[in-house]
Amino acid sequence: MNFPVSAETARWLAIPVGIIFGVLLHRGGVANYNVIVNQFRFKDFTVLKVMFTAIVVGGIGVLLLKSIGHAQYHIKPANMLGVVLGAALFGVGMVLYGYCPGTGVAAMATGSLHAIVGFVGMLVGGVLYALSFTWVEAHIQTVAAMGKVRLPDITGVPDWGWFVILAAIAGVVFWLIETRFKTPGGDRHA
Amino acid sequence: MKETNYSSKTIGGTDRAEAKARWNPYLVGIGIGILSWIAFGVLDEPLGISTALSSASSVCALPVMGSEGVAHNAYWAKNPLKWNGGILFLIGTFLGSLLSVLVSRTFRLEKVPVTWSHQFGSSTAKRLAAAFLGGVIIMFGARMAGGCTSGHGISGSLQLAVSSWTFFLTMFASGILTALVLFRKRSGASK
Repeated sequence: MNFPVSAETARWLAIPVGIIFGVLLHRGGVANYNVIVNQFRFKDFTVLKVMFTAIVVGGIGVLLLKSIGHAQYHIKPANMLGVVLGAALFGVGMVLYGYCPGTGVAAMATGSLHAIVGFVGMLVGGVLYALSFTWVEAHIQTVAAMGKVRLPDITGVPDWGWFVILAAIAGVVFWLIETRFKTPGGDRHA
Repeated sequence: MKETNYSSKTIGGTDRAEAKARWNPYLVGIGIGILSWIAFGVLDEPLGISTALSSASSVCALPVMGSEGVAHNAYWAKNPLKWNGGILFLIGTFLGSLLSVLVSRTFRLEKVPVTWSHQFGSSTAKRLAAAFLGGVIIMFGARMAGGCTSGHGISGSLQLAVSSWTFFLTMFASGILTALVLFRKRSGASK
């Protein structure tokens, strides 16, 4: 694989990349409790717009970079029981907290006191997971473990086919949001 | 749809100044997508938050478990806290948001957000307790699933990972159910 900079340079470049990420989270409106909670109540679709656009744009670019040998994938293993249980807990926590880990960090900087308290909660959650790690690894992460599989592997639909499908879904979903689900008040940007 | 009265300073529960500082969400999504090109093509590390955060949590365990205890924990032995790209990215995210807030002059102390107070009242203690509990649950869930909204939701989904799409869909379904229960209509409690 060809990467333009050394691993040491890349490590420090993570700071400016993080800074841009933080700016985008704040300006995107997703460092805001109301925006995130109201996504799950179908009153504000900002989160979906940001995420789905990022997935399609990011995915096509990274696929092209990979095809010319300038990037490699980092796939997380599909330990299905762990992923499903963890994601279910994550959804509960996200609505209670009103942020996800990244947007919570960004929200702390905006003056959200409850984001800071929830951040302390996240650190405690990290400790609790570390303490239960050995048990979870042995009893949960081994159930329905499919390895580092990708959608093209299990469906036979090639990479580009998936991005055509995802772009089409994004187009339809965004069109529906903009025409049918235009909610008064919510979801507005200058 | 429930009738809600927001004060003149807010739009849909959002501070006017903050709403004015917003950029188009599709453009922000494109921006994050391009950032992930840099993450994969230059840093060789997908954008993610929760791995670094859980490594950082080892600091909290130090006073109780001691450095020996932390070093012997199987999770932190695998994910020790060091100045790697993940932790620097996490710090950058905080600094970037701070920079954006200062430039747009939208910093304001928020104890109880309006969407919460409409349902649960204006008690700060109640809101902080929920935020703390939510933080504990979300982090435990993120580690069990192997990632969060960034690592799984965006970085993993754009790689078409089965684990990440499973996470994305399950997380959304669980969040919708939670919101249905938490924000159900209550007689008398909300106007």
